[in-house]
Amino acid sequence: MTSIEAQVLQPYKYGFETLIESEIVPPGLNEDVIRLISTKKGEPEWMLDWRLKAYRQWVRMTEPHWANVRYGPVDYQAISYYAAPKRGPELKSLSDVDPKLIETFDKLGIPIEEQKRLAGVAVDAVFDSVSVATTFRAELAKSGVIFCPISEAIREHPDLVREYLGSVVPANDNFFAALNSAVFTDGSFVYIPKGVRCPLELSTYFRINARATGQFERTLIIADPGSYVSYLEGCSAPTRDENQLHAAVVELVAHDDATIKYSTIQNWYPGDAEGRGGIYNFVTKRGKCAGRRSKISWTQVETGSAITWKYPGCILQGDDSIGEFYSVAVTSQRQQADTGTKMIHLGRHTRSTIVSKGISAGLGQNTYRGLVKILKGADRARNYSQCDSMLIGDRCGAHTFPYIDVRNSTAIMEHEASTSKIGEDQIFYLRQRGLSAEDAVSLIVNGFCKEVFRELPMEFAVEAQRLLGISLEGSVG
Amino acid sequence: MTSDTPMLEISNLHVAITGTEILRGVDLAVDRGTVHAIMGPNGSGKSTLAQVLAGHPAYEVTAGTVRYQGHDLLELAPEERAREGVFLAFQYPVEVRGITNSYFLRSAVNALRKHRGEPELDALDFLGVLEGKLKAIGWDDSFLNRPVNEGFSGGEKKRNEILQLAVLEPTLAILDETDSGLDIDALKTVAGAVNALRRPDRAFLVVTHYQRLLDYITPDFVHVLADGRIVRSGGPELAHELEAKGYDWLRDGAVVS
Repeated sequence: MTSIEAQVLQPYKYGFETLIESEIVPPGLNEDVIRLISTKKGEPEWMLDWRLKAYRQWVRMTEPHWANVRYGPVDYQAISYYAAPKRGPELKSLSDVDPKLIETFDKLGIPIEEQKRLAGVAVDAVFDSVSVATTFRAELAKSGVIFCPISEAIREHPDLVREYLGSVVPANDNFFAALNSAVFTDGSFVYIPKGVRCPLELSTYFRINARATGQFERTLIIADPGSYVSYLEGCSAPTRDENQLHAAVVELVAHDDATIKYSTIQNWYPGDAEGRGGIYNFVTKRGKCAGRRSKISWTQVETGSAITWKYPGCILQGDDSIGEFYSVAVTSQRQQADTGTKMIHLGRHTRSTIVSKGISAGLGQNTYRGLVKILKGADRARNYSQCDSMLIGDRCGAHTFPYIDVRNSTAIMEHEASTSKIGEDQIFYLRQRGLSAEDAVSLIVNGFCKEVFRELPMEFAVEAQRLLGISLEGSVG
Repeated sequence: MTSDTPMLEISNLHVAITGTEILRGVDLAVDRGTVHAIMGPNGSGKSTLAQVLAGHPAYEVTAGTVRYQGHDLLELAPEERAREGVFLAFQYPVEVRGITNSYFLRSAVNALRKHRGEPELDALDFLGVLEGKLKAIGWDDSFLNRPVNEGFSGGEKKRNEILQLAVLEPTLAILDETDSGLDIDALKTVAGAVNALRRPDRAFLVVTHYQRLLDYITPDFVHVLADGRIVRSGGPELAHELEAKGYDWLRDGAVVS
């Protein structure tokens, strides 16, 4: 291992386990388990039917293996599909929340107690299969914004959920989306009414805690005409020797002139240096720019997970709509990531921007896979793609698979790509100016990721840089 | 350490890279406030000497010692040498994408300040310091918001090295072929800035192939390095002699004066 590699291969800091009594359903998946989940969530009949329909499609589907990642077979019958801290999910106020849970989120830097809350950020805290607290709900309700666990939205706002659930990612979209549709447990629901600019950043923090369980969260965000929302999700999991499955679905819908900014800081447990353990992160995220001049912007900082399979995309249906994808993906040790985006241009004058930064260290394998599709009716559509890879050490890999499918001759496409290596000479130059080797690596990585970091909400840009071992404060001052 | 011991004392320095010996017994003493020029033909080991003093990890010191202000310089990591006031103006400055020159400079200044136990400067304070430095060397601030050396011309990169020298205020400034690739106007600008930075407590080691730079930076001493040894030392007139006669007459059987 080179000295530079040693700098970036930091131990995982979020690997602690919360010792809390949980109710965990026995491993295995069948229609009875789905009925059980639905009952526990107090769901109406239509929801159960929707789940069962998804399950029946899933059993006929096969796990996809076209991604540039390698892992052993997943035994879907060995996973428990529901785990919840005992004491029931029906919480009337924060004082009902188990102090151990509050402490857990405190430790993760996500304070949910009234007096400690992050200024300007409303948080939904999800622990295993249930949401344990959602802050600032009353304040949000004043502007008509709904921000609640999706299980609650199914009961309280059934019309909205029925209209939009599965409208962007159909239940049979792919193997993992179908699985999620059958068994999803919690996640966030956001509705921003017409003309409202959401007064707070909305954020969901997902924590996997229980052993041998999977997390299947479902998030649905609806932005009515002329509205704006910025949403951020974070996640982490304890250090364990066995792999755990995380298969989420996120759907976004932006109507005329609405903007949704969706940011992710993904820090699931990556596994150890020998490749033992770690989360399989198989996620389907898609946004529909349904209205004219609507805009959906994805920003992701992916540092965790053993395997990542994830392509947040945009369906640019409304004329003049805009899709954006800004990504930093880090693979170190034995992590593998196959991630990128899909930009589907349907409307006229639709525009998309893709900026992808892949960083590989150790034995990490980093793949960018992106599709830009311009359909017949998308007159004068534009896309700009930039894919940059950085290699640290000589045992890692970077791969780029851009797919371009243009069916309208008025389209304008630009694609740029680069591969660079942090070299000893670069480090020496910075050390000669007084920076430590560690700060030198940070500075170089920070500069490399800059175009993505600046898209993150202020509060989280700092967090993202910290995750990459980059300190804005202190010696790099 | 007393004021009459040299700031830098190199004794019998032997250096190899990937098994090939480049320096074969260099002896050199540098006092505070003096300017020493190191001249020599290509491949004589001039740049190696500059890199070794700064601590480049690719070079292996096989024998000899380097004392610098009471320290065993060879024991210090590159960043420790920098914090103790050793500065190398690189022959080939490195690009750092996405990081502005002013951010980089502030990071470097704060690393030095931290080492000296001084409070770090915030962006605003630093801008004040920087403006003073720019004025002192007669340059404008067009460099500051561009990424470090990215897209800089050869001349701009060299100027940027001198700007860093001005800001970091080293005790020992080593200029490695700062004149290479510069046209005459750029050469004058760079030399003018170096002259403006001469101080009684600052020494310069100016490594150059040509006498040209020394028309503008007048050295106190000139040393000729050939085949890994200093083969001749003298005053500024030695540079003119080299300009007229070349290096070959010094090569064989020459005596170190």
